[in-house]
Amino acid sequence: MAAVIPDHLHDHHHHGPTGLMRWITTTNHKDIGTMYMIFSFIMFLSGGVMALTIRAELFQPGLQVVQPEFFNQLTSMHGLVMVFGAIMPAFVGFANWQIPLMIGASDMAFARMNNWSFWLLPPAAILLLGSFFVPGGAMAAGWTMYAPLSVQMGMGMDMAIFAIHIMGISSIMGAINIVVTVLNMRAPGMTMMKMPLFCWTWLITAYLLIAVMPVLAGAVTMVLTDRHFGTSFFNAAGGGDPVLYQHVFWFFGHPEVYIMILPAFGIISEIIPTFARKPLFGYASMVYATASIAILSFTVWAHHMFTTGMPAVGQLFFMYATMLIAVPTGVKVFNWVATMWRGSLTFETPMLWATGFIFVFTIGGFTGLICAVAPIDIQLQDTYYVVAHFHYVLVAGSLFALFAGAYYWLPKWTGHMADERLGKIHFWCSMVFFNITFFPMHFLGLAGMPRRIPDYALQFADFNAMATIGAFGFGFSQLIFIVVLVKCVKGGEKAAARAWEGAHGLEWTVPSPAPHHTFEVPPVVK
Amino acid sequence: MSQTYEKYFVPEPSRYPIFGSIALLLIASGAVMWLNKVGSGPWTLAIGFAVLIYMLFGWFGQVVRESEGGSYGKNVDASFRWSMGWFIFSEVMFFAAFFGALFYIRVLGLPWLADSDNSLLWPGFSAAWPSAGPLVEDPFTPMAAWGIPAINTLILLTSGATLTWAHWGMMKENRGQLKAGLFLTILLGAIFLSLQIYEYMHAYHEMNLKLTSGIYGSTFFMLTGFHGLHVTIGAIMLTVMLFRVIAGHFSKEHHFAFEATAWYWHFVDVVWLMLFVVVYWL
Ligand code: HEM
Ligand SMILES: [Cu+2]
Repeated sequence: MAAVIPDHLHDHHHHGPTGLMRWITTTNHKDIGTMYMIFSFIMFLSGGVMALTIRAELFQPGLQVVQPEFFNQLTSMHGLVMVFGAIMPAFVGFANWQIPLMIGASDMAFARMNNWSFWLLPPAAILLLGSFFVPGGAMAAGWTMYAPLSVQMGMGMDMAIFAIHIMGISSIMGAINIVVTVLNMRAPGMTMMKMPLFCWTWLITAYLLIAVMPVLAGAVTMVLTDRHFGTSFFNAAGGGDPVLYQHVFWFFGHPEVYIMILPAFGIISEIIPTFARKPLFGYASMVYATASIAILSFTVWAHHMFTTGMPAVGQLFFMYATMLIAVPTGVKVFNWVATMWRGSLTFETPMLWATGFIFVFTIGGFTGLICAVAPIDIQLQDTYYVVAHFHYVLVAGSLFALFAGAYYWLPKWTGHMADERLGKIHFWCSMVFFNITFFPMHFLGLAGMPRRIPDYALQFADFNAMATIGAFGFGFSQLIFIVVLVKCVKGGEKAAARAWEGAHGLEWTVPSPAPHHTFEVPPVVK
Repeated sequence: MSQTYEKYFVPEPSRYPIFGSIALLLIASGAVMWLNKVGSGPWTLAIGFAVLIYMLFGWFGQVVRESEGGSYGKNVDASFRWSMGWFIFSEVMFFAAFFGALFYIRVLGLPWLADSDNSLLWPGFSAAWPSAGPLVEDPFTPMAAWGIPAINTLILLTSGATLTWAHWGMMKENRGQLKAGLFLTILLGAIFLSLQIYEYMHAYHEMNLKLTSGIYGSTFFMLTGFHGLHVTIGAIMLTVMLFRVIAGHFSKEHHFAFEATAWYWHFVDVVWLMLFVVVYWL
């Protein structure tokens, strides 16, 4: 009843363009959030196809499916597409939908710029994916694009560089929008320390984005001029140093991994209290932990470079600084568990994903800690151990949190509850197949199998076969989510305004689905 | 949070962003084609820039109309202030990448290149700055600090003062002073740029100092070049402000576009001071 009516009746100024033009010109944070999420899901599937091709090649030793050159393109583009196309835009989509709803704002601070932030992504995706079809193929220097390899590639590399520039502009504008919205658009009474943790984590994430995306732009610009204009930044013959590229890249790269996990922490911190029916344990310490993670993340970058040559003092500094980050991360895990402690827990789909997240993400945190120990990492760097580590934190971390958040807020977005049974099947399939895929990679890495190689020695065959089976299982499990989405958009059990009975926060005070315009008169928070 | 509620301005649907996206797609593909000598890169680039300029005119024009039409209240003003501050922070980080590269090369990279491990590879190479590395054998003269660069420092510092003077004019509602101050600032910016162009030509023709002159040439031209680009953008912004002042825009209370431009100009100024010290002088 009230659920759909406001969309059309109360919309005084929604007589703008219709059809496709509505989506192209929209300034509405909900429309833009939806577009971000659809885009990121498409990119997730494209990156997934690349991953499955990689795994198909690695099913057996020897070369069966693709040529080594193409294999390198696949690993490189898989990384770029997933990081910049899938995970980051998905979180921005969440921010667009949720932050105004959660702080009681009528929209994002700069609604028109918000539209541009989104619409810059398709051109970037065209450049990235299109580069597969140009002479020489896509960029194949790894998602990290290390010099000197990146200085030597063909025009696919140039396309990747410009794609990164465009995505960088998009991220910076999006981040500025989020910072300003959070700082300036909160409803009366919504003090900073009353703000939902998701908004806090995004505020800090946005700060990280503004700080490091320009550095990445600088790094790839240096690659570009080294390639075409004869500069010598990464050329030792001219006095430059290829290792310089790694420093600049990882100065961006490490904060970047926190950009991909802090909003996930925020989502989990919303979901756990709802289904534990208890307020979040240690709210203030969560805020401080997030802030200290962000600050520390600028001081650890060279833990990605333990084998590229660094004085021992440097190794020690970066080793200890990295281990220090585990402390605030541990605070978070502790707080989530403490929130659940003696709560009246139920495990609806979002909560399943959230508890699953805590479990598997923590494994990834521990392997990170192991990689942080310089003498150990000299063995592990560039092996499958690192691949296992970052997939535990990125897939089981960021991606699982995104699914948790999607199941949690889908009722608010569509007005219908998502299919619980399918959601649970989706979770359990993902969880099991994820571990089948990535757990063996720890052993492969410890045994010395290098990453980014299309062929391998015979003794690695069994674990690789297992990982490939898991990967296909994981890939097909994601199709369940498409079914869930379609069903949920089309119909299903009507969602109440407060879709989960334990949920608190302003977003649950507006009808489900949230009307096109919300909080045009700000609510007063007591 | 203000106590009295004031409706926050949310713009109508707009077609400018998509033009911006098309423009950047054309510019990027044009650049790729041009750099790799396939297709008609320069034309694609040119069309891309044309679309971009159309978009900038249209979009900023609309913002100006909204602002003069009184759509932007106190809250929107605060948003603009925050956003300009954060935007400048992102620019600072962009320059930090290049300053960081210079610092790394001078303090770590070159000494390592010249240390005993590498002496077999490049006998006789010493890490003295300025350096073009062990293999670029094309002697050049480094840029001295106490000629044009020092004059340029004075010019930029003076332009900061004239801009502040213009701002005082705004606050005193003395339009003449405002216009004169803005005009002087733009003039000083233009002189700065002309001197820099002269300096570049001098470097290329008489000092054999080029972008390809090893790491010294790379850092020198990239840092000063990006700075020069920012001076150009700042000068364009100032010119727009001058036209708007002439058209009677802005009031004592409502002139953030002017202030944002001033912030930007001062930021460009500070970057120059850093450049002067670490690129030219030390
Ligand atoms: C307790 C926290 C963490 C610690 C101590 C840690 C430590 C490390 C270390 C030392 C490496 C380098 C390994 C090597 O290359 O030899 C690494 C790699 C990586 N980590 Fe983490 N990490 C942590 C959390 C995370 C999180 C939360 C993410 C992302 C969501 C992440 C993403 C990555 C990625 C993508 C790489 C590999 C990059 C590459 O070489 O391609 N890490 N981590
Ligand atoms: Cu890291």
